Amino acid sequence: MELVQMQKSLQDYTKSLFLDGVLDSQFLQLQQLQDESNPDFVSQVVTLFFQDSDRILNDLSLSLDQQVVDFKKVDPHVHQLKGSSSSIGAQRVKNACVVFRSFCEQQNVEGCHRCLQQVKQEYYLVKNRLETLFKLEQQIVASGGMIPAMELGF
Amino acid sequence: MVCEMETDQIEEMDVEVLSSMWPDDVGTQADNQFNVEKPAGDSDTLKEVDIAEKRTMADLKRLPELLNTTDQGSSQLTNLVRQWEYMQDHAVRLLREELKILTRQREEAEAKELKIIEEHNFETEEPENVPVLDETSHLFRRFRQKKRDELVDSKRVVIDEEFDTVAYWKQKALSLEKMLEASTERERRLIEKLNESLKTMESHSAPVEELTQNLKRAEGFLHFILQNAPIVMGHQDKDLRYLFIYNKFPSLREQDILGKTDVEIFHGGGVKESEDFKREVLEKGKASKREITFETELFGSKTFLIYVEPVYNKAREKIGINYMGMEVTDQVRKREKMAKLREDNAVRKAMESELTKTIHITEETMRAKQMLATMSHEIRSPLSGVVGMAEILSTTKLDKEQRQLLNVMISSGDLVLQLINDILDLSKVESGVMKLEATKFRPREVVKHVLQTAAASLKKDLTLEGNIADEVPILVVGDVLRIRQILTNLISNAIKFTHRGKVGIKLKVISEPSFAGDKEQNETSVWICCDVYDTGIGIPENALPCLFKKYMQASADHARKYGGTGLGLAICKQLVELMGGQLTVTSQVNLGSTFTFILPYKVATSDDHSDDQDEFSDMVDHHQPEPDDTTEGYFQFKALLGSIYSNGGPVMGSNFLPHKAMLTSPIKLINGSVADPSNSSGQSQTVQVENGGYMDESESAHQYGNGNGHRCSSKESESCSSSQASSEMESELTVSSPREEEKTETEVKETSQPKILLVEDNKINIMVAKSMMKQLGYTMDIANNGVEAINAVKDTSYDLVLMDVCMPVMDGLKATRLIRSFEESGNWDAAIEAGVDIKTSESEQGCERSTDRLPIVAMTANTLAESSEECYANGMDSFISKPVTLQKLKECLQQYLQ
Repeated sequence: MELVQMQKSLQDYTKSLFLDGVLDSQFLQLQQLQDESNPDFVSQVVTLFFQDSDRILNDLSLSLDQQVVDFKKVDPHVHQLKGSSSSIGAQRVKNACVVFRSFCEQQNVEGCHRCLQQVKQEYYLVKNRLETLFKLEQQIVASGGMIPAMELGF
Repeated sequence: MVCEMETDQIEEMDVEVLSSMWPDDVGTQADNQFNVEKPAGDSDTLKEVDIAEKRTMADLKRLPELLNTTDQGSSQLTNLVRQWEYMQDHAVRLLREELKILTRQREEAEAKELKIIEEHNFETEEPENVPVLDETSHLFRRFRQKKRDELVDSKRVVIDEEFDTVAYWKQKALSLEKMLEASTERERRLIEKLNESLKTMESHSAPVEELTQNLKRAEGFLHFILQNAPIVMGHQDKDLRYLFIYNKFPSLREQDILGKTDVEIFHGGGVKESEDFKREVLEKGKASKREITFETELFGSKTFLIYVEPVYNKAREKIGINYMGMEVTDQVRKREKMAKLREDNAVRKAMESELTKTIHITEETMRAKQMLATMSHEIRSPLSGVVGMAEILSTTKLDKEQRQLLNVMISSGDLVLQLINDILDLSKVESGVMKLEATKFRPREVVKHVLQTAAASLKKDLTLEGNIADEVPILVVGDVLRIRQILTNLISNAIKFTHRGKVGIKLKVISEPSFAGDKEQNETSVWICCDVYDTGIGIPENALPCLFKKYMQASADHARKYGGTGLGLAICKQLVELMGGQLTVTSQVNLGSTFTFILPYKVATSDDHSDDQDEFSDMVDHHQPEPDDTTEGYFQFKALLGSIYSNGGPVMGSNFLPHKAMLTSPIKLINGSVADPSNSSGQSQTVQVENGGYMDESESAHQYGNGNGHRCSSKESESCSSSQASSEMESELTVSSPREEEKTETEVKETSQPKILLVEDNKINIMVAKSMMKQLGYTMDIANNGVEAINAVKDTSYDLVLMDVCMPVMDGLKATRLIRSFEESGNWDAAIEAGVDIKTSESEQGCERSTDRLPIVAMTANTLAESSEECYANGMDSFISKPVTLQKLKECLQQYLQ
């Protein structure tokens, strides 16, 4: 009974992530890629994403704190982050990156700082949510349950 | 008074200083002597004006005669006389009136007296005079007042006697009689006075003197007015000889003018016209005005406003004309200048407004189009997600109803996607972003391929045929992608509206059509006419005009019945026109339609097979070349559900099948065929030829493992099902020709492990893409940037490269350019030049590799027009927008790994 409830709450939680726009359909693609031969695929990719993004955000903070901001260095980082967030379906991070890049193009330091804060905020949000999601999944698996298939009708 | 008014008016009207009409320094001294002071606008000066009689020139003998014999001539005198007479009349009338009034008064007094006598018992009070005239009459009242004043003393008759005695009456009668007498006396005196004044009036000085005075004044007035006016006046007799002229040109003397006609006096432009005009007036007998520009030696170019009136004698016979001309040269010039300015202004304004309108419309259109394109693009990405997910969902375990619902969903989604792609295509063509590529290709193969593909999904009992005339070159240059798109569009359109009979493509060479403008192309180009015909429902004539319009179908009924976006033909037309050709249609209802497009192609040399860049040449062509294939002019395909046979064509509807079957697991296929049992009829003949091939296919499909069959779309499983079902059914009948078997095996080996290279720097993207590839049953190599990609391409022969655009070290565009440069030149010089460290371990690079064009697909984050254009411009074949999805990847692999 408890397991069913856990599965239900996982489903609801996942759904809320989509509804809030934290994730988009690309995340479903990842879930589709996860099968018996590769059971931890999603969490592997996402973990890689976390590592990568932590490093990028760190680099970005450093670059933007320089006396003279070298936008040639900043832009590739943002591009990288945009690419990976887009690949895992972290929609809001991706959107923030799009704005970030436009400020890079304008060489707007002030705007870039604001965007970095925004990107960070979105990133920590998606990180937090995904970690919760994985935790829920682990609990279900630990209780011997199956991860419910994603509802496509959201 | 009149004079004052006129001068004022003149001053108001024309404030500018006028130069004299005639130049000052011309003429003899004697003629040039009107040294009159400028007249002040005061009528008193009139008498002092020295009238320059010399200005006027008249035939003195004839003029008085003329004045006496014509109405005009005597009119002034008549007027003066008439005026005088009127004045006299007036005085007489006034006197008469007074007389009349007096007479009436007398009559009244008499009447009163009579009345008094008759009425004996009359009171002492005399009644007021009964007013005969209206009370309000001023004259009467005044008169009465006057009378009363005069008579005030005798008003009351004092009678001493007692009232109503005889003596009283006598006395009263006497006194009244006295009053009457006085009144009569007064009247008599007045009549005398009147007669006297009448007499003095008659004896008053004769009017002649007054008239003379008046005449003189009038003449002086005229001179005063006219002496400086730019006016010429004259009188000419009926032969148009001058009798009188005023203000003639100074240098002309009397004998030069009088008795002569205009033509005799002047020479040059306008003289004849003026003469003709005068004659015309004379003939018609109606005064009129005309503006005539003279161009004479005497006074240069001057414009006169000429007034001419006919002159009659008293017997109403025409005896000549009066003529008055006013010089208006400056005014005419100004007026013309004004008119021209006004006209220019109007034209400029019209042009301006037209231009703004055009600009406005263009801007609006561009904005709308851009918006549509952007919107479409924004919709496409999530929608392909929806459709992709739905397709994935369709591979899971579903009950019958769910599957049906899902199929509807997928087909609707596909339709919307198709619509959006069409819109994007259209906007690309319209905004001029779409560029054409020039690649060598074999028309026969393209036709064959299009028909094969069409046959593959054919669900009707139709015959598809291709017919290529012998003179069509083996190899031509053109944008094969677009041409294929047009052909595919037209063929699928034809199939859609055809229920029985055949659909086909006919290619022939034609002479250069009339609309082609470019002459320089003539040398190397050839015009090929392509007919796509069908035996379908046809198009009613009234629907033809809107056939190529966007979103239009022949009728709303058709749209409902047949579906479709209504953009296909519009795109075809645009593409054909973009390539410099023409798309037309002829049709007969219920008999069929023929769409014809003519396009120019450059002729390529066909002998150089190693340089063949044809993307659409089948594997078969390279590994087992069949000499017939390149020159064969006739193909025929039937729907797979029917029998497959060919009329002379060596390659039939089999070649396209293996690729589809490869991705399809046998189990799914059986499911598919059960779901659609109608397909399983009449297949026994087909297998004898094709069976072996299919067996190998399904076996080889197993080798990929990994349940790759899940990803087959419902549409494919349907199209594949019949053939697969047949192979299942007929598997015991292994009567296949060894040649076929051998061929298919080669093919399978070739395609069993296509080499794919992913060039991408983002680890996460790599991971996702790799996983997707794995699910689709492929593996791939990874390069992290452009330089690595070049080295990988150099060392390994890839079937497909997926290239990220934005990368560190070297971006995808440059890498692609360098790879293309290698393909063209056979060496990596360009890459080395660009600083790429080419490891020359394998020395015989160029020779070992085939120089086929390597399909390079860009992976780009933004698929806006300019970005995709950049991809094409740098030699990429296509692009996938990021993030990459299974669906996109699958489509890409299907397209390039066939």
